[in-house]
Amino acid sequence: MAKVVVASKALKPFDPAQAAKVIESQTRDHGGLISILEEIQLHYGYLPEGALRLVAEKTGRDLVDVYGVATFYRFFSLKPRGEHQISCCLGTACHVRGGALLAEEFQRQLGVKPGENTPDGKFSLETVACLGACALGPIVVGDGHYYSNVNSSRVKAIIQETLEGLKRKDPAADESLFPLTLHCPHCNHGLLDPDTPVDRQPSVRLLLAHQGRQGFLHLSRLYGSHGHSTQVEVPAGEVTDLYCPHCQALLNAPDDCPACGAARVALLLAGGGVFQVCSRRGCLEQTLDLDGRSF
Amino acid sequence: MAAFKLNGLVVEAEKGDTILDVARFYGFPIPTLCHMEGLSPYGACRLCVVEIGEGPQARLVTSCTYPIQEGLVVRTASERVVKARKMILELLLASCPQSKTIQDLAAAHEVRRQRFKQEYEDCILCGLCTRMCEEQMMAKAIGFRARGERRTIGTPFDLRSEECRLCGGCIYVCPACQLRCTYTQPEKAICGGCANLSPPCVEKEQFHDMMCYMDPCVACEITKEK
Repeated sequence: MAKVVVASKALKPFDPAQAAKVIESQTRDHGGLISILEEIQLHYGYLPEGALRLVAEKTGRDLVDVYGVATFYRFFSLKPRGEHQISCCLGTACHVRGGALLAEEFQRQLGVKPGENTPDGKFSLETVACLGACALGPIVVGDGHYYSNVNSSRVKAIIQETLEGLKRKDPAADESLFPLTLHCPHCNHGLLDPDTPVDRQPSVRLLLAHQGRQGFLHLSRLYGSHGHSTQVEVPAGEVTDLYCPHCQALLNAPDDCPACGAARVALLLAGGGVFQVCSRRGCLEQTLDLDGRSF
Repeated sequence: MAAFKLNGLVVEAEKGDTILDVARFYGFPIPTLCHMEGLSPYGACRLCVVEIGEGPQARLVTSCTYPIQEGLVVRTASERVVKARKMILELLLASCPQSKTIQDLAAAHEVRRQRFKQEYEDCILCGLCTRMCEEQMMAKAIGFRARGERRTIGTPFDLRSEECRLCGGCIYVCPACQLRCTYTQPEKAICGGCANLSPPCVEKEQFHDMMCYMDPCVACEITKEK
């Protein structure tokens, strides 16, 4: 079974029960300390002290060892990081092409030194030794997106694009987005609605209920896009109930969202497989399970 | 048993013994700093280097971690070894000149000066205290943190560890931390342990950034203020 997880970047408060779940799932799969820490960092954006203590307790390791590993790797952060990460390469190749000047420009525009977060918690700036793309230098990475041959005049645009995050993906041009054809798992009716396009594609129509109000929710059928439109305005962070518009069955999946703990909605994929999306407004967690087929 | 050549002498020893064990048994002195009987060998200080092999294949290895093999050729005091040891001692003196242990070792090897930038580190990262804590005291309260030039020894999160029983084992084995219990000015520190009538950690403002795991200190019973 192949699994693709697009995790939310939003910072979440440390929740021991949730962390314990993460640790258990990782211990079952491979049991490596680094993969457990990676998973925790993916969820919280950093490694909370409580989580490290819990890891030590659950895996039977000494806290000293867990702490030693967590501080050894630059990848792990013990301090909360900004919502968006900007890494500026200062490897040899990038350095001679002006990487240091770029790093200075980022420091000036963001008003923070490398390793610090902006006061509003939006950005954290880092310098890295090498990203392995020396021919394209100087390299800047904004939330996992590589910008090549950067010069100082592009710094502002990079900060802006990184701030806008996943929304910057152009559904028409981005080939990493692909359309899904989804069905209700209860009545097997197709859910695509060509009359209300989202991302210029037929949308996935669901019935949404939130605090007594009801209306249609149209999701983008492009996996990874997060585009949607709705008739009911739901404040960010609220959990909603989603129903099939044909058979009115509640679409909740058996297991909750691994990122925020809210109920998830499970939809059938044409050709086999399950697509799951979190029912919390603003949570970007999506999972694609393609049974028995490599992805 | 395995036979090998030690300084031209054919000797026999149990497989699994280290070069250091055998050389000391046969009376060849090898200086060590991070080695201690009862603690696992660590190979951190590199003082125990010896030369193995012959001709162009000859190389330096740490004798405390190198197990003997049949047919091995070992020289414990060749010109190359002595040169390397002197360099290591100079480097140790550059980072932690106030240590009585390092001063004595340097004197014994006729190192009278060092040519590097003088620093006064509290720690040479020899790992004796962490091994003492883990292997003899079964506590594992302190360990290495971070890496590279930011590598330090201490408790997780710099908090008083629940595992620490204030046994003082870490301080007992530390070759570098005599400073804070002996003298207040690192540039002038010539141990002075014998004249140490009252520990100067009483003058706390000079010591609050120093690494001491003992809170309260077992020697002076003063609680460190954060």
